[in-house]
Amino acid sequence: MTFLHRHRWLTPYLLLAPGVAFLILFFVVPLYYLGYTSLQEGTVQVGYTFNWAWDNYSNAISRYREQFFRSLEYAGIATLAALLISYPLTYWIAFRGGRWKNLLLLFIIAPFFVTYLIRTLAWQNILADDGFVLNALQFVGLVGDDGRILATSTAVIAGITYNFLPFMALPLYVSLEQIDTSLIEAAKDLYASSTKAFLRVTLPLSMPGVIAGTLLTFIPAAGDFINAELLGTPRQAMIGNVIQSKFLEITDYGQAAALSMILMVVILALIVAYTRLVGTERLAG
Amino acid sequence: MTAAAEPRALPRRRVSPLTKAWAFVRRHTLTVFGILALAYLMLPIAIVVIFSFNDPAGRYNYTWEGFTTKHWAHPFGPPFLGDAVGTSIKVGVIATIVSVILGTLVALALVRYHFRGRGATNLLIFVPLTAPEIVLGASLLTLFLNLGTALGFWTIVIAHIMFCISFVVVTVRARLVGFDRHVEEAAMDLGANEYVTFYRITLPLIAPGILAGALLAFSLSIDDFVITSFNSGTTQTFPLYVWSQAQRGVPAEVNVIGTMIFAVAIVLMVANILFQWRRTPKGAVA
Repeated sequence: MTFLHRHRWLTPYLLLAPGVAFLILFFVVPLYYLGYTSLQEGTVQVGYTFNWAWDNYSNAISRYREQFFRSLEYAGIATLAALLISYPLTYWIAFRGGRWKNLLLLFIIAPFFVTYLIRTLAWQNILADDGFVLNALQFVGLVGDDGRILATSTAVIAGITYNFLPFMALPLYVSLEQIDTSLIEAAKDLYASSTKAFLRVTLPLSMPGVIAGTLLTFIPAAGDFINAELLGTPRQAMIGNVIQSKFLEITDYGQAAALSMILMVVILALIVAYTRLVGTERLAG
Repeated sequence: MTAAAEPRALPRRRVSPLTKAWAFVRRHTLTVFGILALAYLMLPIAIVVIFSFNDPAGRYNYTWEGFTTKHWAHPFGPPFLGDAVGTSIKVGVIATIVSVILGTLVALALVRYHFRGRGATNLLIFVPLTAPEIVLGASLLTLFLNLGTALGFWTIVIAHIMFCISFVVVTVRARLVGFDRHVEEAAMDLGANEYVTFYRITLPLIAPGILAGALLAFSLSIDDFVITSFNSGTTQTFPLYVWSQAQRGVPAEVNVIGTMIFAVAIVLMVANILFQWRRTPKGAVA
């Protein structure tokens, strides 16, 4: 004890040590091994050797460009859809929720309490060929009689939208809830119409939530493979499906690791570009 | 004023119900949208619960065939399902305990002390929260592959502790930031040493934050599929069991267990909300 008293500066490091060591060992070091594996060649039979196999990368890009673009496209559309659903919903809860706010918020996070795979299987059920959604759409003529939803890109995007919607809604809610309503009243007192008050006051003030929400939705959505697997067909395969099958089924580790590295770098680059575009000072606000 | 204000003289205009309904909708668009959106969020949950009572004719639990409670009587009936749920709970408990201890210590250091390397530590905590799960799972797998570690129960536990720590840090830190340090100083002034102060004052005060972090860690652990699938070997957790059955038709017992998990989580959340309501004095900002 006296040692600690004499070296008080050590206390924070002692508190940090176990947690930080764990994360370095099982988060940072694995990233190094991911890069290391991505330059290996071989098979399960003969083993894998590190030989700067850069063609893992060139092959990955040339053979799976389609799945990469599809992942970004699906994730982008789903993020936009989640924003369009979440914004009015969280606006309603934040400004009209009154004393029911916490309860209504519970509805938003409730999907998280149903195991991810089970709620995706429920969507399989809802969108199925003899399900009521398809029947209703066929009845009003939006879908042809032999058309289907399940096993199409619509189903995959719908599933991604649903599964990651709370990631969008929660930060949006937090930033809308913090808005001082007297600012909106002031705008109206100064003869701004409701629309104008929204566009000039509420929307800019909620931007940190929009930015955080889009990032938190887009990142996991781009790497997802569950929705494409359960609600789509191989024709809707995303990059996550390729990585998953190469790691766990085909044991093509070098290629799979290269694809993971590319996914990580592409997502990082998009985040940096996006935050540059919208301004990081807003993210901090 | 009441009698005079009655619009007796006005002629009754004939308004079609449709116009009335439209006027109502326009006035309440936001409310209507909000309720529809909530219904959309609840729809799959309702399906899961309803189909736990279905009596499917074949392997596929897709169409409604008739009401039964037999799946609720024997939720662990199908082979391997009980083992998978048991593994999930074991992994969840271990991962929660370890990540809560490690995460709380990190949160204490980050909030209480100014030290060199604070920014780097924040970054180390923040990045796993934003990295795609598939990258976390894949990179951990490459570590185990290169080291020749056998995949199984303990590699799942390691993976779960890894992704839970950051969530615990964030949750506990939020609680610590609003902490009144004068209470601790008062205890010290009254002769308590640092360790007594920690156990008698600090720990009870941040306990709600630690509990919230523990609940979050446990629910993340029990729900995780992506990272687990990369590091499980032949060990099966509950989500991995569901995945393995997805092609062949998931038994209705899975819906029963899904409903149970949902019910427990909702009860805990509602209890938490009620608890906060009681603790927050009337008129105070929560």
